[in-house]
Amino acid sequence: MTMFEAAMAGVLVTMFLALVRAVAGPTVPDRILAANMFGTKTVLLIAVLGFLTERPEWLDLAVVYALVNFVGTIAVAKYARFGNLASDDRKVG
Amino acid sequence: MPPLDIVSWVVLMAGCFFCIVGGIGIVRLPDFYTRTHAASITDTMGAGLVLLGLMLQADGEWLVISKLVFVALFLFVTSPTSGHALVKAAFAEGVRHDDGEGGS
Repeated sequence: MTMFEAAMAGVLVTMFLALVRAVAGPTVPDRILAANMFGTKTVLLIAVLGFLTERPEWLDLAVVYALVNFVGTIAVAKYARFGNLASDDRKVG
Repeated sequence: MPPLDIVSWVVLMAGCFFCIVGGIGIVRLPDFYTRTHAASITDTMGAGLVLLGLMLQADGEWLVISKLVFVALFLFVTSPTSGHALVKAAFAEGVRHDDGEGGS
């Protein structure tokens, strides 16, 4: 077992645990948090997989995935708080 | 086994350890705000150590190392930002911490 396979196993276990929380809920922020964590672990998985297959070019995909994951989390958190993505009215302080 | 490989093994496994601890935390901890803490561990120590372990295996290719540094820096900036936004959204939505007296 190479070190990259072992690291992938660890990251996959973490992704599974995040999925358990995403399915269990119980509140919406719990699910967003679990999805955000799942996305971060996907970045790691892509990076490790690039080294495992000896194609480090996959790191470009990891960079892009980190960016999309961040923007997505902010957008869903804003939608959960304000009810739409355009306004900056405060529902609660 | 070259010493660099041993260091890389140790760092990668430490990163996986922190990832799995955070994963257990996000399943086991009692309410949303404590689960945020568990998720933050995987984003700082977990991701940081795994990316550091990969940097040690890059054979000194500066392009690969700089991409890994970029991913790590980006995660270190965005993870607290999204965590902060998420907690504020949860608080505004009315999620409260579990003080052990029932209620969410």
